[in-house]
Amino acid sequence: MRKIKFIDATLRDGSHALKHQISRNIVDEYCRGMDGSGVEAIIVGHGNGLGASSLQVGLSLEKDEDLLKTAREALGSTKLGAYLIPGFGTIKDDIDPALELGVDLFKIGCHCTEADTTRQHIEYVKFMDKTAYGILMMYHLASTEQILEEAKKMQSYGADGVILMDSAGASTPELVRKTIYRLVEALDIEIGFHAHNNLGLAVANTYIAIQEGAEIVDGTLRGLGAGAGNCPIEAVAALLQKEQYDLCLNLYQLFDVSKEIVAPLMSPPYSGLDDISIVSGMSGVFSAFKVHVMNASREFKVDPRDIFMELGRQKVVAGQEDKIVEIAERLQKGEIRR
Amino acid sequence: MDKINVGIIGTGNIGTDLLMKISRSKVLQCAIFAGWNPDSKGIKLARRMGIVTTSESIRYIQNNPDCCDIVFDATSAKSHIYHAPILKELGKFTLDMTPAHVGRFCVPVVNLAEALNQDNVNLVTCGGQATVPLAYAIAQVAKVEYLEVVATIASKSAGKGTRDNIDEFTQTTKDALMEVGRIEKAKAIIVLNPAEPPITMRNTIYAIINDPDMGRIRQAVGEMEQEIRKYVPGYKIILGPVLENGRVTTTVEVTGSGDYLPQYAGNLDIITCAAVQIAEKYAREKMGRKL
Repeated sequence: MRKIKFIDATLRDGSHALKHQISRNIVDEYCRGMDGSGVEAIIVGHGNGLGASSLQVGLSLEKDEDLLKTAREALGSTKLGAYLIPGFGTIKDDIDPALELGVDLFKIGCHCTEADTTRQHIEYVKFMDKTAYGILMMYHLASTEQILEEAKKMQSYGADGVILMDSAGASTPELVRKTIYRLVEALDIEIGFHAHNNLGLAVANTYIAIQEGAEIVDGTLRGLGAGAGNCPIEAVAALLQKEQYDLCLNLYQLFDVSKEIVAPLMSPPYSGLDDISIVSGMSGVFSAFKVHVMNASREFKVDPRDIFMELGRQKVVAGQEDKIVEIAERLQKGEIRR
Repeated sequence: MDKINVGIIGTGNIGTDLLMKISRSKVLQCAIFAGWNPDSKGIKLARRMGIVTTSESIRYIQNNPDCCDIVFDATSAKSHIYHAPILKELGKFTLDMTPAHVGRFCVPVVNLAEALNQDNVNLVTCGGQATVPLAYAIAQVAKVEYLEVVATIASKSAGKGTRDNIDEFTQTTKDALMEVGRIEKAKAIIVLNPAEPPITMRNTIYAIINDPDMGRIRQAVGEMEQEIRKYVPGYKIILGPVLENGRVTTTVEVTGSGDYLPQYAGNLDIITCAAVQIAEKYAREKMGRKL
């Protein structure tokens, strides 16, 4: 049976859930705990990737470089990975310093219809002889044929694999099945799936992706992540193990890190699958908007769910957090009908 | 009155939009529209307009050095780095529409006069043209500790050049905020949105200012908006400046004049309007000296 790879985004997607307040200490403890557990790589840095610490999406407590350096020192056999969205980070300011610090693997992401904006970065990472995965975010917003076309572009740039991100947790199981099937059938590189749990489907959708031929599970321990969180790696790993998949994971090690290091981070105000996250999934809006929607809702005294519904109606994409303030203000003035 | 001859290299969205604007100019005329692809949409359109076209790109200008005085380079950052020394050698006043940043930045409303003394002027990026003036205006009346801009453009309005150069685009916009906008610490974020119908170009400027005098900031931003509207009529502030969550936030939308691409592509307009503004000023001074 195929070997399944796990990419651990706990520190990266969890950065959203913790309002980008992940400290060097947490990174150190987490990486030491997870090293040698069998996950392929641990991704470190701001939730929106290297260089994304900003007023638009949230300022980080620590510099990406300091977090990467801490992780590098703590990791032995497990690879160190970083995420980058062109338009947020750049080769000069972010990829070069990350290479210098010893990052082994890069995930280069973009909105699901904009793969050509990742060409420079994927080609550069491959030129530097490192692993590069192409990431298509918010994949529920495009047709399967278009996703296929964009994934093929990433393959042509030299990507080692393509990972679909269900960034809004808006996917139905049928959509996962259909899309992954098409990609696996048409591409020669690895395919992966990154779920969000806004509609309570993260484990199920990830499992379906694997059934259809995906080889990479991109998830987080305990599901720590933006909005309602991600696919809990330990749960899907247990499920796959039960179904006789070849994993090479130390399941108990995952359980222990989840319980001892991740669970304490999730103490209140961490809210998981609440009404706001469900509405985010229902309206198909990027999960990480939640914190900013709550802020704007307080500032302009409007219902956060109304903000999400309007954002969904306007089909905003990741990185468009500035729409939130505008919509909140217009809701307050009564210029937008609920 | 005679017109000054200009050449345009690059027949994509930017080059073609420039052509449309120059065809209306009282002081400029397009003498050569140059690209590599003889069948590009832009070149076909130019031929229909009766403009001289070539598929020999810059080589045409090298072989016909007297064809024009001003050259707009609307190719890519990589190509401009190759073109720049050639054009300098030929003595052309060069307006670089790519984020190559070979020559000095120009955002006309801030530093037009300076640009006219250069042989190569860089137009920054569309995001830079839209946000540097407001950054500059705010920095004139407040001590800005940090400033950040987010430019969101419709996918359909981002041509191959923009996509291939997104890294330079991000970096160059930030550099211009610091250099021309006089901001000490700045960041630029670029987002493409594929929604249908296409969204209008929008730019948000966040500033961190200790104890901001919102009255003065509002006035400075409002005055700058009026100045820009003189050469980019579709430039409109739609939010703020408002103090929210500890940041001074301003959002501006740019509606295009719909010359080549539809009106949502304000990002084309703002950079082509700026370039034509510089070229016209240069042409007027050149003609003035002749008289």
